[in-house]
Amino acid sequence: MSRIGVFICHCGENISSTVDCEQVSKACATIPGVAHSVDYKYMCSDPGQSLIREAIKEKNLTGVVVAACSPRMHEPTFRRVCAESGLNPFLCEMANLREQCSWVHPKEARTTEKAIDIVSMLVEKVKRNKPLYPINVPVTKTALVIGGGIAGIQAALDIANARQKVILVERDPSIGGHMSQLSETFPTLDCSQCILTPRMVEAAQHPNITLYTYSEVESLAGFIGNFTARIRKKARSVDEKLCTGCGECATACPIKKIPSEFNTGLGMRSAIYVPFPQAVPNKPVIDRTKCTYFLKGKCKFCESKCPANAIRFDQQDEFIDVQVGSVVVATGFNIKETSFFPEYGYGVYKDVITGLQFERILSASGPTLGEVKRPSDGTTPKKIVFIACAGSRDPAKGIEYCSKICCMYTAKHAMLYKHKVHDADAYVFYMDIRAAGKGYDEFVRRAIEEDHVQYIRGRVSRVYERNGKLIVKGADTLLGAQPVEIEADMVVLATASVANEGAEALAQALHVSYDGHRFFSEAHPKLRPVETNTAGIFLAGACQAPKDIPESVGQASAAASKVIGLFSSDELTREPVIAVVNRTAPPVYSTCVGCFLCFTACPYGAIGPEEIKGRDGAVLKTVANVNPGLCQGCGTCVAFCRSRSIDLQGFTHDQMYAEVMELFA
Amino acid sequence: MSTLQHHNSTNTLASFVLDRTSVSVSRCYQCGKCSAGCPAATEMDLTPSVILRHLQREVPASDAAVLSSYTIWLCLSCQTCVARCPMEVDLPAVMDALRSESVRQKKVHPQAKDILAFHRSFLNTIERFGRLWEIGLIAEYKMRTWHLLQDVLVAPAMFLRGKLALLPERVKGRKDTRRIFDVTRSKEGHHS
Amino acid sequence: MKIGFYPGCSLEGSSREYAESLRAIAPALGIELEELNEWSCCGASSAHALNHTLATALPARILAQAEHQHLEELLVPCAACYSRLISAKDALAKDTVLRKEVAASFTLPYTGATAVRNILDVLTQALTPAVTSKLPNTFSHKVACYYGCLLVRPPSITHESRYEDPTAMDDLMKKIGATPLAWGMKTECCGAALSITRTDMVGELCGRILEDAVARGAEAIIVACPMCHSNLDMRRAAIEEKTGKEFSIPILYITQAIGIALGVDPEQLGLQRHFVHVAVRGKAKG
Repeated sequence: MSRIGVFICHCGENISSTVDCEQVSKACATIPGVAHSVDYKYMCSDPGQSLIREAIKEKNLTGVVVAACSPRMHEPTFRRVCAESGLNPFLCEMANLREQCSWVHPKEARTTEKAIDIVSMLVEKVKRNKPLYPINVPVTKTALVIGGGIAGIQAALDIANARQKVILVERDPSIGGHMSQLSETFPTLDCSQCILTPRMVEAAQHPNITLYTYSEVESLAGFIGNFTARIRKKARSVDEKLCTGCGECATACPIKKIPSEFNTGLGMRSAIYVPFPQAVPNKPVIDRTKCTYFLKGKCKFCESKCPANAIRFDQQDEFIDVQVGSVVVATGFNIKETSFFPEYGYGVYKDVITGLQFERILSASGPTLGEVKRPSDGTTPKKIVFIACAGSRDPAKGIEYCSKICCMYTAKHAMLYKHKVHDADAYVFYMDIRAAGKGYDEFVRRAIEEDHVQYIRGRVSRVYERNGKLIVKGADTLLGAQPVEIEADMVVLATASVANEGAEALAQALHVSYDGHRFFSEAHPKLRPVETNTAGIFLAGACQAPKDIPESVGQASAAASKVIGLFSSDELTREPVIAVVNRTAPPVYSTCVGCFLCFTACPYGAIGPEEIKGRDGAVLKTVANVNPGLCQGCGTCVAFCRSRSIDLQGFTHDQMYAEVMELFA
Repeated sequence: MSTLQHHNSTNTLASFVLDRTSVSVSRCYQCGKCSAGCPAATEMDLTPSVILRHLQREVPASDAAVLSSYTIWLCLSCQTCVARCPMEVDLPAVMDALRSESVRQKKVHPQAKDILAFHRSFLNTIERFGRLWEIGLIAEYKMRTWHLLQDVLVAPAMFLRGKLALLPERVKGRKDTRRIFDVTRSKEGHHS
Repeated sequence: MKIGFYPGCSLEGSSREYAESLRAIAPALGIELEELNEWSCCGASSAHALNHTLATALPARILAQAEHQHLEELLVPCAACYSRLISAKDALAKDTVLRKEVAASFTLPYTGATAVRNILDVLTQALTPAVTSKLPNTFSHKVACYYGCLLVRPPSITHESRYEDPTAMDDLMKKIGATPLAWGMKTECCGAALSITRTDMVGELCGRILEDAVARGAEAIIVACPMCHSNLDMRRAAIEEKTGKEFSIPILYITQAIGIALGVDPEQLGLQRHFVHVAVRGKAKG
């Protein structure tokens, strides 16, 4: 026998301004099965909640309908009240009188009638509600961090220091990411590698971190708390256990003219190489696309020179399957190359370079050992033009967003250039100066006021080469947009930050959303910046959107805290609104015939086969089975099932039918 | 100092430009790239991005400044600006629209009278003969501008090289061309 | 190939040698030119400077005439006419109101069926290995290929993907044995229609072009636009006034350069019509 309690909320004036709540309450009192019907100004408030509490006790209610705002607002609130009062929380539903009635209709009789209809529909549903209990899923307390840049390293360390296990996967031969390529960082002008390498070493040596470098995540299956990841450990052609990092192999290698990726093409490396001296791990890798042995079957000088006998030409890629409970994606970013710019030479001019290339020139461990030299002839440039917004904020080039970090690093570059070449002229062509961080604006002022960097507001129309110089044609918009021509020795383009290579493929492998620019999508731009819409997968750093180091580190720690929170219990509870395949008595066992149309319908891969066996172990029937850990309760399978063998807990056929038919009653 | 008011921005030059060319001047964020690459910028009184800034202000003084500028007549329609503009603002189309409006409102810059005279002389020969008659163009241009001695040495040199026809070629289809001029004249009232 | 041909006013008059050289090389290239009947002026700069409808109607009439003559394609050697025709075609396709207004101004129907092709495109198609292998001469000179503005811009209408550093003319010159140089003024404006009204500006802009080409070691500048040719060839006095230098570098049409490689008589190519003496010739092969 149903004893439903109906609580009509005024929501201040939000509902009562157009709906006659008193009338609704009176009307609902007459519905068969309703034992209690009241209206109140603020149901979500303390006194409002007490009304529910008391009514459940006094009237022995079997179900509760709170007619108020959207369940997205307060369903958890009212369900908690019921649970505390001894009523199964899934016997409590909300009727949305606000968003779906009072807010969208004027004050008139029909509005109140509609409100009564809505509540009576929900009453019919709740009469058929069954108690449901949260589903518990075990949690594997190992985190997978994809990407070994500063964000990945930070996240890994935070999780590891919380005594959880971490698997850190990096696709380059060494961790460190772009931060390891920088010379000095703004706004403090700290030496980048000096502050980074201790972290790199800590990550490599941490007892709770397993580091896989020169490796990639091939696939990810499972669900929050229970993922299975397949890692491809690419063949280094070196036995890491034996290698001592002495470097003899690289010295012996005859192929020495390969443009170094770490040095952004400005320096060379050999076919067997360690990307930079401070690499972690300090173990070389053979680039099989350039190694003479792999191309022609000859050479092997490295093997003959190696004192540890660590070279392994026959090494194969290794696949490692790991069980993890959550994933942090920290795969970083890339920047546009100079060939992207038709008006700046299509990448043909050697002395037109990107900001990252200029970092390598400034860097003490770079191709010029920290001396500012022109890539074309090695001379010291006396005049450098820095062009901000190269490619960013440029819908014509397909990049309408701002890359965030360029105003700051351009100021930094100009300052460092002036510090190294005292009699030099530095010009910055800019549109705006975005220096919003702590100490950032002061940093830019320092460049202008102390280091006398010439800032000109205007974009550069064209750069071309003449007599070994670069002619820069810009404009000074603060002086009537008069054309300004500068004959420079070098031009540094602050090119746009873009998604890293392979971001799209990785997002698809992980089932994580991404946007039109291939940046990974956060769950909510304001309130959930490090979560994705895929439960258990978190984001950190520039893979989500361009950002600087402090923000990346902050996000990394935030993502780590989400992981640590997830791992703080041994089990995860999930909402029980899931699909269930029915069971009946033998010999039928289930009306499911095993057609698996539901399997094709399920977007989450939550449906699989289940064998029903007799006492002797023989398989009697194969039916569908829903994985309660993966099912998201979307109901698509229920719509597909031709034999009505699958139903959605909390939204059963009976409940839905009763609701709809109530409308025509 | 002008007091800015924007509650009725439908009779501004910016709205005229939008109507005529589909270009919304608010798209321009004043980066100056157009002015930086414009081959004629050093001769202009208002460089291209400044023209757009005046249009954006939507005040009568700025609208008048734009229509009476020398800039719009110096524009070479070389298309460099639109090719490089990050916001893909079709500045050459805007310049075309501003020119015809400048003539309509009789606000042509005094220094640009020659250029306007050139265009009119050119179009007059086409209207009459269907094709350009260079001598006719030069003759009418000199009459309008009194630059009687201009290119006085060049013309005979061209003639001696066979590049200058003494008489116009009267195209068979010139009636069609004349009709086109008649029908389209009222559209923007360019001739006088 | 048989292709419709729209000379435009310049090719009849001040740039007569462009048409002459094109006609002279056409047979060897397998090009049969069918001139558009009763063709009229496209309006050039002056029409679009004053009246958008007129500026669209004049080219539209030309294209309607081409359709009437059953020409599938129309070769338009003059870069300015080319620009006007493709711009008009684009505007008519997008603006239905304009299309109605334009249609009301002449009688022939316009559907946009005729394709408009520029000289570089057609020459690239025609200069096949079969043709180049039979060339009696090589044009063995260092050249600066000058594209000017309207062959490549605006990229949204010309669909030129490499509009800051085009290579079509350079490739053609390579095919006839020339060495096209990398230089800085490939697509910088020559001063265009201000040739008469602001000759001083033409002097300034063309001065920069000549200076850059000469500094890079070019022996000739190759062009494909009558306006550019005229400004660079005829306005040397203005150029000298602005730069204080005398230049002797000749300006050749791409058709003239190909003609030299084909061994065509220089007079047939109209080389004698230039203001700047053209001394460059081809070198016999073999």
